[in-house]
Amino acid sequence: MSITSYYFLLFAGALLILYYLTPKKAQWILLLAASYAFYAFSGIRYLGYILATTLCTYVASRKMGGLKDYQEAFFRENKDILDREDKKLYKASVKKRQRAWLILALVFNFGILAVIKYGNFVVSNISALFGAPNDAFFRLALPLGISFYTFQTTGYLIDLYRGEYREEKNFFRLSLFVSFFPQLIQGPISRFGALSKELYAGHDFDGRQVAFGLQRMLYGFFKKLVIADRIMAGLATISGDPATYTGTYAFVGMIFYAIDLYMDFSGGIDIVIGFSQALGITLPENFKRPYFAVSLKDYWHRWHITLCNWFKDYVFYPISTSPKLLARAKKLKTAGHAGLARRITVYIGNLAVWLFTGIWHGAAWNFIIWGLLNGGFLLLSQEMEPLYRKLYARFPKLPESRVFHIVRVVRTFLFVSLLCMFDYYANASVTLHAMAGMVTEFDLAVFFNGSLLSLGLSAVDYGILLLSLCLVFFISLQQERGISVREKIAAQAGPVRVLVWYGLFLCVLLFGAYGIGYDASQFIYNQF
Amino acid sequence: MRAKKWLAVGVAALFILATLWLLQRLVMPKYMGDVVEGNFMAEYYDTEKDHDVIFIGDCEVYENFSPQVLWDEYGINSYIRGSAQQLASQSYYVLEDTLRYEKPDVVVFSVLAVPYNEPAKESYNRMTLDGMRWSKTKWDAIQTSMTEEEQLLEYIFPLLRYHSRITELTKDDFTYLFGRDLVSHNGYYMRVDARPAENVPDGRPLADYTIDAGQMEWLEKIRLLCEENGIKLVLVKAPSLYPYWYDEWEEQIAAYAESHGLPYINLLALKDAAGLDYRTDTYDGGLHLNLAGAEKLSRYFGAYLRETCGLADRRAESALAARWEENARWYDEDRIRQEYEIAAGE
Amino acid sequence: MDTLLEILNEMHPDVDFETCDTLIDDEILDSFDIVSLIAEISNQMDVTISAKDIIPENFNSAQALWELIERLEDEE
Repeated sequence: MSITSYYFLLFAGALLILYYLTPKKAQWILLLAASYAFYAFSGIRYLGYILATTLCTYVASRKMGGLKDYQEAFFRENKDILDREDKKLYKASVKKRQRAWLILALVFNFGILAVIKYGNFVVSNISALFGAPNDAFFRLALPLGISFYTFQTTGYLIDLYRGEYREEKNFFRLSLFVSFFPQLIQGPISRFGALSKELYAGHDFDGRQVAFGLQRMLYGFFKKLVIADRIMAGLATISGDPATYTGTYAFVGMIFYAIDLYMDFSGGIDIVIGFSQALGITLPENFKRPYFAVSLKDYWHRWHITLCNWFKDYVFYPISTSPKLLARAKKLKTAGHAGLARRITVYIGNLAVWLFTGIWHGAAWNFIIWGLLNGGFLLLSQEMEPLYRKLYARFPKLPESRVFHIVRVVRTFLFVSLLCMFDYYANASVTLHAMAGMVTEFDLAVFFNGSLLSLGLSAVDYGILLLSLCLVFFISLQQERGISVREKIAAQAGPVRVLVWYGLFLCVLLFGAYGIGYDASQFIYNQF
Repeated sequence: MRAKKWLAVGVAALFILATLWLLQRLVMPKYMGDVVEGNFMAEYYDTEKDHDVIFIGDCEVYENFSPQVLWDEYGINSYIRGSAQQLASQSYYVLEDTLRYEKPDVVVFSVLAVPYNEPAKESYNRMTLDGMRWSKTKWDAIQTSMTEEEQLLEYIFPLLRYHSRITELTKDDFTYLFGRDLVSHNGYYMRVDARPAENVPDGRPLADYTIDAGQMEWLEKIRLLCEENGIKLVLVKAPSLYPYWYDEWEEQIAAYAESHGLPYINLLALKDAAGLDYRTDTYDGGLHLNLAGAEKLSRYFGAYLRETCGLADRRAESALAARWEENARWYDEDRIRQEYEIAAGE
Repeated sequence: MDTLLEILNEMHPDVDFETCDTLIDDEILDSFDIVSLIAEISNQMDVTISAKDIIPENFNSAQALWELIERLEDEE
């Protein structure tokens, strides 16, 4: 069930009504049932996967919690005989056993993900190594949201291990945390600490929340259906024939893809967060106008935020602050390599994160290259920091300059889009060729001689895209200035509000690229 | 205050529904230019429903029989409920739909679609189904005919299907926003032009000539429906040279008709008896008859109908005769206009 | 505390660490800074801050960070 299908809308609508008819205490049960029903819709055979992960997470969390209970009881009973040293030793041994459970569960959960997502990649690379033909015999369909729920349960287990909160003792409640619809589809990745409070508490009907949620969903549909799905025709033409569409076309493809990626992904997130808001459930934000970023680092603070935070908390910090790495840094410093000592922790942590991020995006070399390039350039710009500082010292007005700000934003956007070409062409060598062609075969005339109309997008399509992008740009600009457009509209008189939202609804309804009539819009009558 | 609020909500809801309704009408294809077949299904509902004979089937009925001739020559009051590529299953539902309004004495079903069994196509589905009035029958017909990409919801709200036409509206969409011109003559699609049939290809050999059991099932359902309602069912094969009518198909259909005591007439085999001349009587090289051909065929078939079904001559009914008088005027008008256009084109 | 302020000032000479209490919230310290900071603290003060202690409350001000360090020293 795609998030833009009629079924999704019917399903979501029915759930919303039922939800507020259900007694508050039982709302979470309804959500669980709906989540599993939704999951079953997308493929009943996938239920096994999510159940396995939930069960494994549940068992491990209960075991870890049980050890903690045992420890506390032990300390209480032997309060008088235990000294500090004893306690420390005992704690360490409990921690060790908890750690064993944690590792077991992580290996199991990630094992499922790895086999399904990366099995084919590994097998095909191994067979290529031995010169065997790559016939992809090992291709399993990806269960819905497997990356998201695996990451979410991992975060939960690590937090438990770190003692941030106690485990959820009710299996069904935990199941809801793992499977919560609609978050399951494409994130955001939530933390148990925050989400559990939202999920299990009942919610009264709050007209404003529901209206705001539905409005946000509508905006998400607009981004997805009117912009992303419309531009897709042009994207497919260019990436489908990279040998013909080189040079300027590759550049156009790059820009199109950057637009498509953001509109599709953030639009989907708007739908998810909006629907959750209508249920009274607050989810973490996942995007903060990423194309307004002034640097790559800034961009990664604004794009897919929950995933970045996940990587930061559960990969970057643990690796770069691991005792071994810190000891190594110390050794380097005493040996006189101060620069290296200063860098080693950040470098290793950072490259590890980006290697994982690349692999997470897809099991292929183009993603790994993409990840490492991101990591590499982040470190490079870190190294250039002193240079910038010098620049700013010489031109103190520069940081406040509007023009300079815009230059940085455009530069970052182009750079990020360039890196995304690895994703767009889904093939590392094709991407490198396209990049080279953008420089050697660039031809400005393409923009003016009507060639752009050969990409599967008509002049009307371009017009709709341009106007829609202007709208999103304007709204983003307001948000960037801290103004909530929804609040502003809500402050208007009733008829204005109706007209605004109904207008947006009509835009989606009429200009959305959905349904059977979209590309087969010509009603061809054959002689029969 | 409360009443005022509800009034505002009501006004807003009314405004929204009205604009949506208008938009839906606007973007739905009008079928007034080239593809007039899209209007046939809907035109039926505006007629007086006391027909003696109802034709159901695909182009083999609506391009080959002229109800005007049947009236003029035999006093038979008939209507053709045909549509482009009407599947056998759809013919069944069209009949069921017709029975909601009237009970004719005779139903003529063109059997080509039974063995021909073409896969459903979205555009043809739309032309057959969009024009039907809402009922359980229409619902069932949609469910039965939908292709994999189609969705029931897009039939219930055609706006969802046709929304993309908003950027390609033509003058017709505005001209015919609230009503369309009559395009058929009691379901008959008149064509005056001629293109002789030449080199009609023989049918390619098929791997299997057995008519699909599922298709025969629909024929059986049509037969039972007629039986239940005391309607005489007549099976016909129209004299179209193409799609090719295999002897094996003929045998199976004839055998079915015989075993159930149904009259079955293969007009393709009787084309000479009907006086058809494929050099002058077809407008597209033998696929469909033009007006001259349809009139000859109707004269022949009318006699057969009267003989087999014992239909009374109703020309003495003055109200009915007056209606047909009017039909005849539009019939002649259409013919003259087409003849004029052809002459002007030459 | 002085050592800590020294480390911080070396990283960001432009920030007044004695008064600022939104180091994380205002994105003055990013993840690279935090990791470098932890390495320096481990180096100069022999205290290991582990990943689980990296939460905004502990890093928003020099004072909070100092309290964390004292707490960790106490546990050692």
